[in-house]
Amino acid sequence: MTAALALLLAFQLAGEALRVALHLPVPGPVIGMALLLVYLILRPEGPSTELRNTAGGLLQNLSLLFVPAGTGVMLHVGRLADEAWPIAIALVASTVLGLLAAGLTLHWLARRPRGAGQ
Amino acid sequence: MSAGSMTEIWVYLSAQPLVWLTLTLATYLLAITLHRKAGGHPAANPVLISVGILVALLLATDTPYQRYFDGAQFVHFLLGPATVALAVPLHGQLKRLVAMGGPILVALVVGSLVAGLSAYTIGALLGASAPTLASLAPKSVTTPIAMGIAERLGGLASLTAVFVILTGIFGAIFADGLLRRLGVKDEASIGFALGLASHGIGTARAFQLSEQTGAFAALAMGLNGLLTALTLPWLLPLLAPLIRP
Repeated sequence: MTAALALLLAFQLAGEALRVALHLPVPGPVIGMALLLVYLILRPEGPSTELRNTAGGLLQNLSLLFVPAGTGVMLHVGRLADEAWPIAIALVASTVLGLLAAGLTLHWLARRPRGAGQ
Repeated sequence: MSAGSMTEIWVYLSAQPLVWLTLTLATYLLAITLHRKAGGHPAANPVLISVGILVALLLATDTPYQRYFDGAQFVHFLLGPATVALAVPLHGQLKRLVAMGGPILVALVVGSLVAGLSAYTIGALLGASAPTLASLAPKSVTTPIAMGIAERLGGLASLTAVFVILTGIFGAIFADGLLRRLGVKDEASIGFALGLASHGIGTARAFQLSEQTGAFAALAMGLNGLLTALTLPWLLPLLAPLIRP
């Protein structure tokens, strides 16, 4: 587990360094994800069992990792109240539209000729 | 033990990072148990339940968020390596992802434009203020990207973080039910929609459904973050005068 965690942190660090050096608009961990994917493609045997297990453990608990930031909602309750309705409607409608646009487009373009999903 | 000494112990412990770190994990375990008891129903979202309990605890004990975060930051830190770890399921689904490359790119552009521009347009038509609109526009992308975009557009980074979290929870609760009702039942499309519209929290929901759904969500989250960061800062100033002459 230690070696896999060190590998993940090293790729995050590399992503962070690349972001600063090249002024990229994407956060370091996302660049690190792309770099690790390239590394795994180039490695003939793919991810080690250890890396697979460590990644699986982290991703199974991905929801937990959003809890500290999510609790920060409490700081903005007052600010949200002023424009509650425009914010709520815009956020809900736009999220539904985004979900439908992405999901339906991929579904329609990728479905097999006989019309899977009907 | 007297009530006085209990209070003293609490005053001491609540100032330590350990107590809030422990409570974050304990609350999450409770939320996961409730989620399972509800048969994995998306409305029993573990992030929503945990945040609700913790906010109530912090308000009841008069604890400032900063003191809470001193403990919870150790959990928060793991978001970085977890994001990098998304490369592993992506690698596992690589053949399917490459085979669907064309449809994925089209769905990415369509979804990204709709998610980004519709929030701004609807908010503007309903009379939201300019800083709120700029904070709302990047709500579908992962927090650090969204905060950067909002600042360039004249929004408030901290308000953006709240919109991002709310969007993530809302999408995680409703996405798969909504898409299934419209006949979209394949894991690829559901995962892709979750990651594109609801970033990491949507991706966490996608991994609850299956690893393949999660891989497509991770891909959509990464690609939409990149595309939104590159396009939204110059698309919105073009759109703004059309809505608000």
